Amino acid sequence: MATVETESKKERRTLSLTRWVPWGRIGLPLVIVLMGVFFGAINPNFWTMTNLTNVARQVSILALISVGETFAILSAGIDLSVGSLLAIVSVICAQTMLEYGVAAGILAGILIGAVCGLINGLLIAKARIPPFIATLAMLVGARGAALTLSGGLPIAGLPKSFLTIGAGYILGIPIPAIIAAIVMLIGYFILSRTSFGRSVYAVGGNEEAAMLSGINVARVKILVYLLSGICAGIAGVVLTSRVISGQPTLGEVQELYAIAAVVIGGSKISGGYGGVGKTVLGVLVLGLLNNGLNLIRVSSYVQLIVIGVIIVLAVYVDLLRSRRS
Amino acid sequence: MNGEEAIKPFLEMRGIVKQFPGVLALNRVDFDLRPGEVHVLLGENGAGKSTLIKILSGVHTADEGEILLDGRPVHIRTPHDAKALGISTIFQEFTLVPDMSVAENIFLGRFPSLPGAAGFVDWKRMREESAALLRSLNVEVDPRTPVRQLGVAKQQMVEIAKALSMQARIIVMDEPTAALASAEIEQLFRTIRELKARGVAVIYISHRLEEVRHIGDRATVLRDGEKIGTVPLATTSIDELIRMMVGRELKEKFPKVEVPRGEEILRVEHLSRPGVLHDISFNLFRGEILGIAGLVGAGRTELARAIFGADPISEGRVLVKGQPVQITSPRDAIRHGLALLPEDRKRHGLVLGMTVAGNITITMLDQFTRAGVMDLRKERSLAQQFVERIRIATPSLDREVRYLSGGNQQKVVVAKWVGAQADIFLFDEPTRGIDVGAKVEVYHLMNELVQKGAGVIMISSELPEILGMSDRILVMRAGRICGMFHRSEATPERILDAAISGEPVYACMEA
Ligand SMILES: Nc1ncnc2c1ncn2[C@@H]1O[C@H](COP(=O)(O)OP(=O)(O)OP(=O)(O)O)[C@@H](O)[C@H]1O
Ligand SMILES: [Mg+2]
Repeated sequence: MATVETESKKERRTLSLTRWVPWGRIGLPLVIVLMGVFFGAINPNFWTMTNLTNVARQVSILALISVGETFAILSAGIDLSVGSLLAIVSVICAQTMLEYGVAAGILAGILIGAVCGLINGLLIAKARIPPFIATLAMLVGARGAALTLSGGLPIAGLPKSFLTIGAGYILGIPIPAIIAAIVMLIGYFILSRTSFGRSVYAVGGNEEAAMLSGINVARVKILVYLLSGICAGIAGVVLTSRVISGQPTLGEVQELYAIAAVVIGGSKISGGYGGVGKTVLGVLVLGLLNNGLNLIRVSSYVQLIVIGVIIVLAVYVDLLRSRRS
Repeated sequence: MNGEEAIKPFLEMRGIVKQFPGVLALNRVDFDLRPGEVHVLLGENGAGKSTLIKILSGVHTADEGEILLDGRPVHIRTPHDAKALGISTIFQEFTLVPDMSVAENIFLGRFPSLPGAAGFVDWKRMREESAALLRSLNVEVDPRTPVRQLGVAKQQMVEIAKALSMQARIIVMDEPTAALASAEIEQLFRTIRELKARGVAVIYISHRLEEVRHIGDRATVLRDGEKIGTVPLATTSIDELIRMMVGRELKEKFPKVEVPRGEEILRVEHLSRPGVLHDISFNLFRGEILGIAGLVGAGRTELARAIFGADPISEGRVLVKGQPVQITSPRDAIRHGLALLPEDRKRHGLVLGMTVAGNITITMLDQFTRAGVMDLRKERSLAQQFVERIRIATPSLDREVRYLSGGNQQKVVVAKWVGAQADIFLFDEPTRGIDVGAKVEVYHLMNELVQKGAGVIMISSELPEILGMSDRILVMRAGRICGMFHRSEATPERILDAAISGEPVYACMEA
């Protein structure tokens, strides 16, 4: 049998376009556009400026906590506490504000978010309590603290000027949406451009390899939950302004929507893969769905069923895609 | 040659085409297999060897082409189909369940039932049959041990036992010896010869050409997804095989450069770890490559991990550049200028879901980060250098490493550690699974390191590489150093002798 020589460097055929459309990149935006077309066709009000501004304002809280959740999930962890943090932040923010003024209140709110996040981080990185458990404890504990501090009652009488954050506009864009956009941009920048962001992916992808590569795994984890806490702090302040009172019952099950947004966006729940860009899409899907279904008068009970189906669909489509390659 | 042609193949693969995103992995490849033969698949990293056998074992489906078994076309869509047709496969990347016992892994998916009580597992029988299998392979493992606790070599033997237990007609072995040392390899070869005698056919993939010539009957060479040819091994020289694989002549297999020995850079004194390492002392100099040989389980990996702070030590001390240092974590080690290229690339070496560039540069973040912000352009050019240098076959820097072939993954691990800012390099099986051409490139990289004044410790189960590249060679046995040889006095016999029956040597310090 003879040796058949081929040309030394035979070009490998590249791919035909139809077979490998980058669905990963255009799939979800396409879904969002289709949702817009669908809802707009049934109720023309969907496409009005007023409604879209409304959506932007509605999704901004979810967007804010989802940024933090993205960090937690990317690091192969999870933050179940963000919903409850909204409540403790709101209560502390309002109480401080009544005493020391608007600026102090805002600061105190963000600070308490950061402190709770730091505690999560220390429990996870130093005491090595699994993230699910540590943040579950925080979910329960922070809610309890919010209820205790407020006596279970709303804290009213906040200054009118504080209203601006939740209800104001700059150039016709709702301020909460602007804040959310800024935080998302910062989150995006951190993950894609900083060495800390890179370390988050490495820790989430293979903690042991990351450790052997000289990454300070504990520090990365602490920072991740600290960031998530800060995001919840900012969200809590904005939310407090929207309802113009301190509310110990705010944010129930919001952590689950944040997780859903991250997962629908296409980040891997097991960590190491994804990003804020994806989460933004996930937040938009949930936000538009909620708004559109309201406009076409689907009851809020039925909406929950729809969201459940969407979560499964999103992950299933992702799985199919990754199985194909 | 014509006489052989007459033997009818019982397996044929015809015109196999497989396309991955950005890569044509196989382009109209033909392959055939005769009863009782060992048919070797050769080719550089990424040539398509594993892809071909994955198509045969139902992991991938071919885009085009057909498979005939006993002259009849068969459709193999899942690993289960392949098993039903009598094809059993040892994959390059392990497929064991870490938290299950050895016995459970061997019988995974076909646990024996208790007589008369279907659905109830006959644990006793499973354990006994596993133990018998392992004994026939000369492996000392309790079948009840969780696989997680085994090193790669033992895991490899369990994979082999598992494939053997299926009573297949065709056994596919994708780099079964990459993790093994000579004694285990001999054992494996004995087993393969027994299989041959029973008419079982073996498809065998390896980058160790000497061993391939030793065990194989015919070889098919792939290059860039194309079949270059099939040749009888008895009449084909290694150089000819290499030329078919890489398309050019390979001048030197071990481009050793003698570098004058510098000052002492690492000193290990009386290092112990209960049950694993016993009173180990040696030193390493700038400009030196110190080879560590030994059988599998001799404690070489454990020694590297202990020095690097990945495992705790109970006694002894480590001096770096003359100063005693406390190394209790890999971060400490890295701070003192150490780098460890780990043996198990999937578990310790790579972040599989991260890109090629991301993996290569993870140890070099400081080199292109300012005030926490990375200079992504600099990162890419850094990564690109390595990709070209050791020829990592990847369609782009942004491909996730999980999609690279095994050898190319290993090259990423090498790049990642060679580029780290360190001057004491602990390389644990650095060329495992890397093709002949790229191995030379890895040796060149090691030469560069020692020429720049670094010291390199190279743990390897490939004796030729140890002999070819080391200035000094330590031999380990049962957690002790049982021999030290200078380059000039080392022979394969002396090293093997020390590895199998050497007495402890405590005087491994040189001035
Ligand atoms: N699941 C996959 N997805 C995308 N590309 C793949 C996949 N598996 C393999 N490839 C690509 O196909 C080519 C052939 O890979 P293959 O694993 O068959 O190489 P190999 O000959 O076994 O190499 P090695 O000696 O390194 O094991 C490589 O370029 C690899 O990157
Ligand atoms: Mg392979």
